[in-house]
Amino acid sequence: MHYQWDFSVISDNAGLLFWGLGNTLLLTLIAILIGTPLGLAVALLRLSSHRWLSWPATVYVEVFRATPALVQLYWLYFALPRLTGLRLGGFEAAAIALSILSSAFLSEVFRGGIAAIGKGQWDAARGIGLSYPRMLRTIILPQAVRRMLPVFLERYIELLKTSTIAATVSFGDLLFVAQDISYRTYRTLEIFSAIAVMFFLVILLCSQLTRLIEHRLARSGEFTAR
Amino acid sequence: MTTDNVIEISGLRKSFGAHEVLKGIDLVVPKGKTVVLLGASGSGKSTLLRCVNFLETPTAGTVAFNGRPVGTPKGAAGERSYSDRELRVLRARIGIVFQQFNLFPHMTALENIMEGQRAVLGRSREEAAARAEDLLARVGLAGRGGAYPSHLSGGQQQRVAICRALAMDPDVMLFDEATSALDPELVGEVLRTMRSLREDGMTMLIVTHELGFAYHIADEVVFLSEGRIYEQGPPEQVMLHPKGERTRQFMLGHSEFRLPHLD
Repeated sequence: MHYQWDFSVISDNAGLLFWGLGNTLLLTLIAILIGTPLGLAVALLRLSSHRWLSWPATVYVEVFRATPALVQLYWLYFALPRLTGLRLGGFEAAAIALSILSSAFLSEVFRGGIAAIGKGQWDAARGIGLSYPRMLRTIILPQAVRRMLPVFLERYIELLKTSTIAATVSFGDLLFVAQDISYRTYRTLEIFSAIAVMFFLVILLCSQLTRLIEHRLARSGEFTAR
Repeated sequence: MTTDNVIEISGLRKSFGAHEVLKGIDLVVPKGKTVVLLGASGSGKSTLLRCVNFLETPTAGTVAFNGRPVGTPKGAAGERSYSDRELRVLRARIGIVFQQFNLFPHMTALENIMEGQRAVLGRSREEAAARAEDLLARVGLAGRGGAYPSHLSGGQQQRVAICRALAMDPDVMLFDEATSALDPELVGEVLRTMRSLREDGMTMLIVTHELGFAYHIADEVVFLSEGRIYEQGPPEQVMLHPKGERTRQFMLGHSEFRLPHLD
């Protein structure tokens, strides 16, 4: 069979597609900005020696890692109003679901990064009398985050892709916009190829950026931890 | 109560699980004196040192700093409880130098030495940097403040680590096998630094395997065996004319201890 490609549908709807991309990036950015500090907090709770702090954090991480993102989103969007009468918009529900999901994943990255810092660094930090928050901020986390940078990026990219679940609760992200255009024009092939390329380019840009940062860190010679 | 002892340890015990490493230690470190801990590996020297600034929490017994016992009694068996704040204040006044240097790899030498001054002593950036530069010059590293630890030799790293501890103006310095991880040709520069501290009147508690150095720097030598003080006294007595059989065996095992080149 011969398919007649017609990419005019892309140029005709370029504004709409970029609006969708903007929404996708905004949603991802919000999930990153909320999920990262929340993930750090959860990781610190998990690392606590007090069981009544570490145990709830462990449950939190396990629950949200072991349930599908789409199920969490539907629960917030469809089930929560039944329970509380509180009705969330598609954007709010998706932002909350993705923030929680990323915090659960990122807390494991933080935890691994912090655990990988040798006992000697903690000893030295305690040895000069630093408080726990101070040693985390200036000694432990800077080293942990540097080592974990590629893993963070991987998680953020994963999050960008997962954010497309927001289309299912009628949030106008890139996927939603693409569906909308293809219903109207029947140019499914062109549209979905185009947004695949858009995702690809954004993610390529992100990974190049991180490679650049990593390279600069490595060159300054401070990367080599003992 | 006033005292001239910077550190007074009494009845100190430390267990790791069921294994008791320290079985009741009584030891004083008088102001301005240098006390060297000797003993076979596993005798508890390092653990004892780390109990002095509470990097390890003693199971029982007391450590008094400048005449004041640290912590408050808890329970009947000599246990004590220690507040975070109290231990932070204490650690800021006790310098410690580790076998593996433990410099912060993401900070320059200067930043390593400034961190405690800035965070704990509240010194300004300029003040902390000036002090760090002074100390680096004193240990023969003038102008190397901008170097990252990975660009320094082991001996240089250890001297930076000594500066990091000294920058806090400690009342006592603890050295935990400070030269054991160094290549032989780099040991001398660190020992020289330690000796100059003694000449400046610093109070020191040292764990070392450099017996020649120990002999020359110690005011008192303490020989530990199986978690107890087995013999102690001036270096001539303990190291050249030991009374106990175990001390004698230990010294025989190191019979060719030589004097490191210090000049």
